[in-house]
Amino acid sequence: MINIGEILLNLWNDSGFATIISGFTAQGGWQNLVMIVISCGLLYLAIVKKFEPLLLCGIAFGCLLTNLPGAGLYNQELWTNFMTEGHAAYHSYGTIMREGGLLDIFYIGVKTSLYPCLIFMGVGAMTDFGPLLSNPKSLLLGAAAQMGVFAAFFGAVCMGFTGAEAASIGIIGGADGPTAIFLTSQLAPHLLGAIAVAAYSYMALIPMIQPPFMKLLTTPEQRKIKMVQTRQVSKTEKIVFPIVVTIFVALLLPDTAPLIGCLMLGNLFKETGVTERLSDTVQNALMNIVTILLSTAVGATMVGSNFLTGETLKIIVLGVCAFILSTCGGLLGGQVMYWATKGKINPLIGSAGVSAVPMAARVANKEGQKANPSNFLLMHAMGPNVAGVIGSAIAAGFLLSVFG
Amino acid sequence: MTYLAASGVSLDDIGILDAGIVALLGYAVVFFGLILLMLVVMALGKVFMARQSRPVQKKAPAPAAAPAAAPVAAPAEAPVVAAPGSAGPVKLYDTPPKTAAMIMAIVADQMGKPLNELRFISIKEVKD
Repeated sequence: MINIGEILLNLWNDSGFATIISGFTAQGGWQNLVMIVISCGLLYLAIVKKFEPLLLCGIAFGCLLTNLPGAGLYNQELWTNFMTEGHAAYHSYGTIMREGGLLDIFYIGVKTSLYPCLIFMGVGAMTDFGPLLSNPKSLLLGAAAQMGVFAAFFGAVCMGFTGAEAASIGIIGGADGPTAIFLTSQLAPHLLGAIAVAAYSYMALIPMIQPPFMKLLTTPEQRKIKMVQTRQVSKTEKIVFPIVVTIFVALLLPDTAPLIGCLMLGNLFKETGVTERLSDTVQNALMNIVTILLSTAVGATMVGSNFLTGETLKIIVLGVCAFILSTCGGLLGGQVMYWATKGKINPLIGSAGVSAVPMAARVANKEGQKANPSNFLLMHAMGPNVAGVIGSAIAAGFLLSVFG
Repeated sequence: MTYLAASGVSLDDIGILDAGIVALLGYAVVFFGLILLMLVVMALGKVFMARQSRPVQKKAPAPAAAPAAAPVAAPAEAPVVAAPGSAGPVKLYDTPPKTAAMIMAIVADQMGKPLNELRFISIKEVKD
């Protein structure tokens, strides 16, 4: 006769509840519980507070799934072996495919940098480089706003991180999620969860983080400045631009070629006028699919034992410092251009030099309108905003060259 | 091998001074890259603006194809028409008078000025 008691006991022993209770302290069961609570908190922020919901929702759910003991969706030890030189599974995607769980397979796209590059293609297909072409000087603001990247890198080294870890933390200041994931997955994959969460959380908080510093570093009179209409850019110019940028930037820093290449390919699809179907697919279907895979895979790296460390707290602090310093760098660049042009440039647009397209440009526009309701800075701020995307990709390429 | 490793600096234990140098160098490289890109974009813009502002050249008449045809008449001057309501006449290039009247009315309306205080020199259809 079947021993129902034994079946029930086996069921209990196989359950995640038993794993949590039996290994509450010894096997990090408490960490799993804390991470499940954190994932619920992130879901709350995504759904109720609408903080970058398209990404945060997936990240939070990936975090929830990975911290369910016994589910085996993501296996940290497989990736540790994957990175251990001399191990039988060193750089073996076959092992991951054979022995890994669902989220391990999703994560291959992060590890190979496939998802960040495809996201960049979507960003390119949704970006109009017209404002940048009509006012190329805005590229300087995109460069100035990378100050936070290098300041945070320096700060991270001072706080005891290795060079590669510090570079991955610094790139949070670039305010560009795909670039942060691209660089971190290459240099410090063990920090990916914390860095991705910090980067996307701060990007969602831009309307709260930036305005105090915009007010601090500009005068009310400067914020009122109306900028003149930029010149019209021809269609041919828009088609030639992505080709020229790809050749130029990839020759300058070959490590940026995957990101810049995909960004510009997406933009070329948009501008040619003969690849509308491709442009539509990249902007919508492909972007949505990759967002789902990327966000859940990144969330999966938030394993309790990795995430609940003092390092995560330091990353969160350094991340916000990087964001603030990048905003200040852009604003100081805006001030320099204000003086150089004898007051024709509104320095507020410098803050849009942190990537975060188009949120940062919208914040600059909003602050300009607060000072002068008839002031429309959006199109002027879009120039530095898209310049920031290129700037953060160059910064990532540099850090990858040095530490990769 | 990375640049730092090649220069004998440990990547796992980078010193504060080395980190400062890398940070400054990185910021400079970003500026350098984007300044160069700015110059390229400016040059590109100049080329395209020059192309746009170049007057449209008329096609040369095909000499051998139609030797018996009557000599091609020199292109006529753009018709100078009265611009009713505005100050002075206006030259129209490939623009029907009705369309021109509509454009002038819209411009006056947008500028918030009476039409008789505006002087239109010419209206030309821009063809890509």
